[in-house]
Amino acid sequence: MTAERRVVVTGLGATTPVGGTVPETWDAILAGRSGAKTMPFDWVEKYELPVKFAATIHTQPLDVLTKVEVRRLDPSAQYALIASREAWADAGSPEVDPERLAACIGTGIGGVWTLLDQWDNLREKGPRRVFPLAVPMLMPNASSAAVSLDIGARAGAHTPVSACASGLEAMGYAYEMIRNGRADIAVAGGTEGAVHALPIAGFAAMQALSTRNDDPERASRPYDTGRDGFVLGEGAAVIVLEEYEAAKARGAKIYAEIGGVGMSSDSHHIAAPEPEGAGASRAMVEAVERAGLTPKDIVHVNAHATSTPVGDVAESNAIRRAFGDDADGMPVSATKSMTGHLLGAAGALEGVFTILALHHRLAPATINLDDFDPAIKLDVVHGEARKLPDGDIAALNNSFGFGGHNVAVVFTSI
Amino acid sequence: MAQSEQEILEGLAEIVNEETGLDTDSVQSEKSFTDDLDIDSLSMMTIVVNAEEKFGVRIPDDEVKNLKTVGDAVSFIAKSQS
Repeated sequence: MTAERRVVVTGLGATTPVGGTVPETWDAILAGRSGAKTMPFDWVEKYELPVKFAATIHTQPLDVLTKVEVRRLDPSAQYALIASREAWADAGSPEVDPERLAACIGTGIGGVWTLLDQWDNLREKGPRRVFPLAVPMLMPNASSAAVSLDIGARAGAHTPVSACASGLEAMGYAYEMIRNGRADIAVAGGTEGAVHALPIAGFAAMQALSTRNDDPERASRPYDTGRDGFVLGEGAAVIVLEEYEAAKARGAKIYAEIGGVGMSSDSHHIAAPEPEGAGASRAMVEAVERAGLTPKDIVHVNAHATSTPVGDVAESNAIRRAFGDDADGMPVSATKSMTGHLLGAAGALEGVFTILALHHRLAPATINLDDFDPAIKLDVVHGEARKLPDGDIAALNNSFGFGGHNVAVVFTSI
Repeated sequence: MAQSEQEILEGLAEIVNEETGLDTDSVQSEKSFTDDLDIDSLSMMTIVVNAEEKFGVRIPDDEVKNLKTVGDAVSFIAKSQS
């Protein structure tokens, strides 16, 4: 029996509604800036969409990628590539045997732009005008494949798909790969490029989206009594995970350690959260236990908190159910109040925020929290960022998805 | 309207540039699409379809395999236009 392999985070990358890189994004989060804005696209009026705003990408892919890369990749894969390149460079582009390097990029929806653009081409111009790369661009694994091609990863390219839990599940999958010895380094995260009329119409039809069209920046308001649904966002976030001894040996900058991962499924409803939070709380408890910690060690939670009336309460219940009164000592941040909900990238982006909160010992403030909902039994950070304690600390990131997918990851300081 | 072979070459070079990022100057008559320009079959199909649209011609799938060089494609398009 070999000694247990530890897994650390050595690189961060993101392209989001509030910044084109991790430093830009983190600055915006600490400044409390919203990425939500009225959509300037002609299709918003053309299809009479009931929701006219979204947290669209801050930095256009054409400003970062080549014209050919943009042409051959769906927006979701473009974002993944941008974020993974930043993360890989941030990690110092480590030397690694390609057969020991993995890519795990989750997505909720995949290449929806490509699918629908090419469907338009087929209907309007015929089959010969369908782009020969249509299928490899629209497939959900296009992003993990693109990243694995880019960095030369041959240990495996994986694509966890669990709606809005996908990005965090991908980090969990990569963690397991390194722990189990299938890889020494992995690039992992989530991506989504679904600010398109069809997903917006679909989410609006299920009354999941905020309709605060006259005030987009104030629309995403987790835990506020005035919340009326989530704000659709887009982008990607990726981290580099590495086996601890190897990372230390090469002198890598280490942001945090992944302490433990917990996953569960509700088997309750295809879209609604289980109101008592039984499944979600099991994932959280499992993550803490697998990290070898107790709830008192958790000093910060980055919550899933999408700003839906039902979901925010269900998560609050789940946290209480998991940790009881110890939840009082866990300042909670709801960063979707600024980024909107990046679906399959959300858990990954909030994973990055959780890592940065540990690294800088600072829990970001939730914005738009004017009238705290008494049904929420949490210590929510708002107004200004909260200093986290010195010493060894741990933080929890929650991510849940339509279908009843629950993922919780405990990150620890190092 | 028929175009000169030089005009077709320039138009084709723009299509190849858009699809592959190759410099338009590198798209010359004697260059082989596969051996010199490293264009794979998927990119070739995109180039063919875009050329059909740009030059108002039809390039049958069976014909594509005969278009080994840029010059072959230019000649085929010129012949089809006339």
